[in-house]
Amino acid sequence: MTSLLVIAVLVLLGIAIWQLTKIFHLTQIGAATYNENSEVATDRDNSVNGYLMFGFLGFIYVFTIYALIEWGHFALGTPASAHGPQYDSLMATSMWLIFITQTITQFLLHYFAFKYRGKKGKVAFYYADNDKLEFIWTIIPVIVLAGLILYGLYAWTNIMFIDEEAKEDAIYVEVYAKQFSWEVRYAGKDGKLGKANVRYIEGVNTMGVDMGDANAQDDIPAGELHLPKGKQIIFKFRSQDVLHSAYMPHFRAQMNVVPGMVTQFGFVPTVTTDDMRQDAAIMKKVANINEIRSKKSAELVAKGESPLEPYTFDYLLLCNKICGASHYNMQMKIVVEDEATFNKWLSEKKTLAATVKESKEKPAAPAEGEAAPAAKPADSAAVKTDSTMVAQVIKK
Amino acid sequence: MSAVGHEVHAHDEHGHDAHDHHHKQTFIEKYIFSLDHKMIAKQYLLTGTLMGIIGIIMSLLFRMQIAWPEESFTIFKVLLGDKFAPDGVMKNDIYLALVTIHGTIMVFFVLTAGLSGTFSNLLIPLQIGARDMASGFMNMVSYWLFFLSSIIMVCSLFVEAGPASAGWTIYPPLSALPQAIPGSGTGMTLWLVAMAIFIASSLMGSLNYVVTVINLRTKGMSMTRLPLTIWALFITAVIGILSFPVLLSAALLLIMDRSFGTSFFLSDIFIAGDVLHYQGGSPVLFEHLFWFLGHPEVYIVILPAMGLVSEIMTSNSRKPIFGYRAMIASILAIAFLSTIVWGHHMFISGMNPFLGSVFTFTTLLIAIPSAVKAFNWITTLWRGNLQMNPAMLFSIGFVSTFITGGLTGIILGDSTLDINVHDTYFVIAHFHLVMGISALYGMFAGIYHWYPKMYGRMLNKNLGYIHFWVTAVCAYGVFFPMHFIGMAGLPRRYYTNSAFPLFDELADVNVIITLFAIVGAAFQLVFLWNFFYSMFKGKRAVQNPWRSNTLEWTTPVEHIHGNWPGEIPEVYRWPYDYSKPGHDDDFVPQTVPMKDGEEELHH
Repeated sequence: MTSLLVIAVLVLLGIAIWQLTKIFHLTQIGAATYNENSEVATDRDNSVNGYLMFGFLGFIYVFTIYALIEWGHFALGTPASAHGPQYDSLMATSMWLIFITQTITQFLLHYFAFKYRGKKGKVAFYYADNDKLEFIWTIIPVIVLAGLILYGLYAWTNIMFIDEEAKEDAIYVEVYAKQFSWEVRYAGKDGKLGKANVRYIEGVNTMGVDMGDANAQDDIPAGELHLPKGKQIIFKFRSQDVLHSAYMPHFRAQMNVVPGMVTQFGFVPTVTTDDMRQDAAIMKKVANINEIRSKKSAELVAKGESPLEPYTFDYLLLCNKICGASHYNMQMKIVVEDEATFNKWLSEKKTLAATVKESKEKPAAPAEGEAAPAAKPADSAAVKTDSTMVAQVIKK
Repeated sequence: MSAVGHEVHAHDEHGHDAHDHHHKQTFIEKYIFSLDHKMIAKQYLLTGTLMGIIGIIMSLLFRMQIAWPEESFTIFKVLLGDKFAPDGVMKNDIYLALVTIHGTIMVFFVLTAGLSGTFSNLLIPLQIGARDMASGFMNMVSYWLFFLSSIIMVCSLFVEAGPASAGWTIYPPLSALPQAIPGSGTGMTLWLVAMAIFIASSLMGSLNYVVTVINLRTKGMSMTRLPLTIWALFITAVIGILSFPVLLSAALLLIMDRSFGTSFFLSDIFIAGDVLHYQGGSPVLFEHLFWFLGHPEVYIVILPAMGLVSEIMTSNSRKPIFGYRAMIASILAIAFLSTIVWGHHMFISGMNPFLGSVFTFTTLLIAIPSAVKAFNWITTLWRGNLQMNPAMLFSIGFVSTFITGGLTGIILGDSTLDINVHDTYFVIAHFHLVMGISALYGMFAGIYHWYPKMYGRMLNKNLGYIHFWVTAVCAYGVFFPMHFIGMAGLPRRYYTNSAFPLFDELADVNVIITLFAIVGAAFQLVFLWNFFYSMFKGKRAVQNPWRSNTLEWTTPVEHIHGNWPGEIPEVYRWPYDYSKPGHDDDFVPQTVPMKDGEEELHH
């Protein structure tokens, strides 16, 4: 309320000043005569600003080079998925193209601004049209872009449409998003994810899996995303509340997570977490980050606060679609390991059916995890409307 | 009221008109509920400027939070209050609110209404040779609806739970459910109401512009003799008419979902321990509707700037625009393509990947007319006699940022490459340079150039030079480094990046960006000072200070209702006869008849 009042006062003050100056204006009407010194650029202005334009070209170049040297290493580094290298090479091609075009066009623009700065008595060249020139700079972008479009579409089709053959052997993983955390569910032995809908959410069944579905019985929930190296992974994304986006930058993978529908993305992880930690660029990056963190820690300790933990590299799943107040901290660790380790890890996990059974046997015991307060029996009428709640149907 | 455009004459022979021409206008008639397009233009400009100040202050606040996360600042306490910034530390939901309202205000209130509203109103009648807009009354209503919507938008900042904070794209369900984020309560309702009114305002304005350009051109002003400003503003209005209603429908459906329990955009939601009743809707549908406007919207923002720059650049180069017909063709091509590329905002929204291929194709096509325009501007400078007025500097700056920002569009428009840079700082860098900064440069160029026409006085050029050079350096300083942190995978709209050690190495860059932003914003005060001071104390303008060809410079400096004291001038040539051989001066106004045997060499 106070701020509203302050604004009202400011507005009134503004009006008062405006009226005052208006009066001032009325006292000096009719003084306009043409004179040379009338806020129009003179030869000197043209010259100074012409040189500055040339200087600005230098600024753009130097800033670009500085940024590339200082910040070029921020890039994500070795891609960790099978389609990653193709993505990176398309990116590199486009980047080269952009840098070349940028360098040339900015040069022409600023150099012309410098070279043809105005002088009294100089006459500009009356040059309104040249069909040949215009044809040239229409056709060049056409050809270059045609190439880029074709290359891009080829890569896009490769990434987004998974072969039937690869699907047979694929591991299906559900990634489930909610404000502000992730959960995962593995399809289990049968390779099929059970149906699910938020209306089935109850107690430990936090992802709303339909426990009546035969395919759901061997589904395995987990709080960390483990992936076997070299296997085709097909992610099925679901959200229980708002839009999220599952962003896995090191795998060059991202897909929005949409409530009420199942979205899909697939890739083959090719580098295990351990191998990636040995990657030269990543090691350099980690060392750099740890240097920054230890400096910060020293400051924190001096202030009497606890120091930061040193950083070790891990693949990440981040939320990349604004989803609420804690959007900035919605993350999950991804671990890529060889198939044997992965299978061992998965076999040690309890199936959802077992967990649900267990929790029903001892209803007095507090249910584990964050599910406890959310436990509200699903509306039975809603459960019966089966038609729209098919989260995933795998048709063979 | 006989407020019908060309019928309103100030001092001319139609004395029998029912309207009393010599009636002294009251303050309210002249300055508030004015029907005069020049006054309405100024009203748009002032409102847009005020909204711009709010929008930029907001950006500074959240930039400070990003650079120095969760640190205490007195300014936060003062501006945000104890609730949103306890002990001067900004809270995370108000951070999102600032980001949201900054986007909304800058895109709609500053760059749509402030830019196109100002210059369409000012220039369309003056440059085509009309007494006023086709409907002066509708024009006035259009402005006042805009004003009302600005007031509602500003009021929403004072709502208890905070203003809308679901991002300027207000994707449901986040924007639909107050349980998901506090700003989606009353704040969001006000946002939607403000936008609905804004759309009504924009439609009235646009219809008026289109009708005026088609019907009220003076004798001799064929479509191929129109200045490029008019072409750009005309086509902008057409795209606005085609696309804004779609946003209105999206807003109405969202209002229904929020208030009347329908399920257009919502389905299967479990939030705060409850399953909600919504079923069968799709947030992706909202994304389609939103971007069906949203993408043309960026061209609604940039086309007027392109038009202004084309005009200012020719006039200050003392040289005809290069490729007049190609410039018109590329405006038309951009306008057409702009309506069929919206899907490139949605490559990874979960829509069918085949659609992604289609939209990649159409999106990259739009680079062709854009490239033609850029090359034509550069060629316009070539062998010119460049007069480095502040407006000219901003025009050159426009081309520079348009190229830098536009080129990265090749990456974002490619569905494959978009996968990994979608919604990162790379996107922020791209669109701020190509449509934010560029459009602002276009607006500044327009203000410096047509200030004498609006206020009868000149802006101080030295302050203008300071304003341009600091802004130019800071704009690159702010947005260029964002490409790099975006390539590092840093998502946008993160309250702090400290939750991820991976992003620790980007912290220094964020500080640099914020420092550039603060300096850049501070130097906008130079502009504001110049703008308001010169309004009253600036040097008096002469009739045609830039020695330009277009019709607005044939009107008297002192504004009169009806624009020209006598007959409306007739037009004999295109507007770009600068430095034409065979003429004494280096400019030949459109009103000068062709000499015997003079050729129309161009277009």
